[in-house]
Amino acid sequence: MSTQKMNLTERYRALTRDLDWDYSYADRKEAFPYEDFEGIKITDWSKWEDPFRLTMDAYWKYQAEKEKKLYAIFDAFAQNNAHLNVADVRYVNAIKLFLTGVTPLEYQAYQGYAHVGRQFGGAGARVACQMQCIDELRHVQTQIHAMSHYNKFFDGFQDWSHMHDRVWYLSVPKSFFEDARTAGPFEFLVAISFSFEYVLTNLLFVPFMSGAAHNGDMATCTFGFSAQSDEARHMTLGLEIVKFLLEQHEDNVPIVQKWIDKWFWRGTRLLSLVAMMMDYMLPNKVMSWKEAWEVYFEEAGGALFKDLARYGIKMPEFVKTTEKEKEHVSHQAWWIFYNYNHAAAFHTWIPSDEELDWLSAKYPDTFDKYYRPRWELARKLEAEGKRFYTAGLPQLCQTCQIPMAFTEMSDPEQICYRLSEYEGEKYHFCSDGCQHVFDQEPEKFVQAWLPVHQIFQGNCGGPSVEEILTDYYNITLGQDNLDLKGSPDEERWKKWKKVS
Amino acid sequence: MSKVYIALQDNDDARYIVEAIEDDNPDAVIQRQPAMIRIENSGRLVIRKASVEDKMGRDWELQELHLSLITLGGNVSEDEDEMVLHWN
Repeated sequence: MSTQKMNLTERYRALTRDLDWDYSYADRKEAFPYEDFEGIKITDWSKWEDPFRLTMDAYWKYQAEKEKKLYAIFDAFAQNNAHLNVADVRYVNAIKLFLTGVTPLEYQAYQGYAHVGRQFGGAGARVACQMQCIDELRHVQTQIHAMSHYNKFFDGFQDWSHMHDRVWYLSVPKSFFEDARTAGPFEFLVAISFSFEYVLTNLLFVPFMSGAAHNGDMATCTFGFSAQSDEARHMTLGLEIVKFLLEQHEDNVPIVQKWIDKWFWRGTRLLSLVAMMMDYMLPNKVMSWKEAWEVYFEEAGGALFKDLARYGIKMPEFVKTTEKEKEHVSHQAWWIFYNYNHAAAFHTWIPSDEELDWLSAKYPDTFDKYYRPRWELARKLEAEGKRFYTAGLPQLCQTCQIPMAFTEMSDPEQICYRLSEYEGEKYHFCSDGCQHVFDQEPEKFVQAWLPVHQIFQGNCGGPSVEEILTDYYNITLGQDNLDLKGSPDEERWKKWKKVS
Repeated sequence: MSKVYIALQDNDDARYIVEAIEDDNPDAVIQRQPAMIRIENSGRLVIRKASVEDKMGRDWELQELHLSLITLGGNVSEDEDEMVLHWN
């Protein structure tokens, strides 16, 4: 055996390609049964190149280093009672939403990569998926660990995993990943590695996490940045898989384009939660959702799609809608939660005067015209003791599962409502994008588990909303939810901060 | 020309990495945001092992970049000596 040290490229080759072997006892097609399932044609797996050429030995070494730094910060945060040093008690509600809505997605990503990491004929792709799979499990663990500190002091953190499987708005992120994981292996990679991680994930882990630091939450900021440093590797995997598929066979191009169109749209809907976290839930704000969208999608995504144009790939369908949507979606999403706050597991509030002015400045063409009057009305009603909660259950979009309360983006005074028929049944959608996704594969989306339908069918306990909340969701009405003003969280906060 | 970008955690190592990037990419634009430093450049950005070692005064493996990295945009080409972000 040679004692000479191998360079990066040689080590990568030895620890990826040379791991592969031929089967003398079985047909290779039988070993990788899903590889042909979606019509993708792979002619030469050896063309797969991972730009970072990360091998397992380097992976363990650097991940261990990252982990040490990260847990040192968690310890310092807890020892310093740093939950008392966040900008305001309102901030903690963004973390409740993160724990219930986002962290379980990391676990779904882990399961997804464990599955597809087995399914590819190429050893390079299998190794990349294996390392990403371990990363995703690391993300779940660090996120739960970082946020568990808040559970000692605030409501709403007690049963996040149970809530993720049941609560109405959490079916939005949950169904997104379930849709991806029940697709074929190549669609899963285009959905998660490319469309979500490369094109959209920066919007969750960069400006929001910078905002967490700005609000005194170094534990969240650090797990977010540490996770995103893995995402940087995942993004190169996402870009590599797309370029690889496009270079392998021209027949792959329309299939990949269809997936990009679908997952870009589904991703933008999912991110409406992040939009309201940035514009409404961070007390100290870094940038508006609109500005973040412009930097991390329009500019960065624009560069990416320009680069992919030589393969015949176009900007995602419905990208024009998002040019308008960036002006509206955070305000409409926060309004939905304000109106249905009795059924959520966190608190909402009416923006302060200072925040209304900030929103006016950041959204000069739309905020004063469409959204400021709503908050002023809400404030007037609250002062008169007439705080309004929507009593009925909302109709949900069959595709994204968000309540159908978003408007036409070209006419913010008109609720957007689309209808398709399939095998004699009617299905409803919040947008052209969601209707399009459904119409491409109705047999999949007719099976969607829609919380409101399930409640009406008696599958979620009941019959009253309060029983569903307490017995099925494990949410305590008036403690885990309703206005922040007057909540136990706010009372404790005032006592700690010695303010009246 | 499209911009490539990289964002680093605002920590002690990143200070030297950013100085090295500034030297090797004179047109790069550095933006400081809470807890992070974002660097963007038109078309191409290079991070050289030798330049970072020079600033830090110690050996530095290019893969150590992952300890401070937050995110990046662009195609990545990496070998032992440098990492290049570029659009085609």
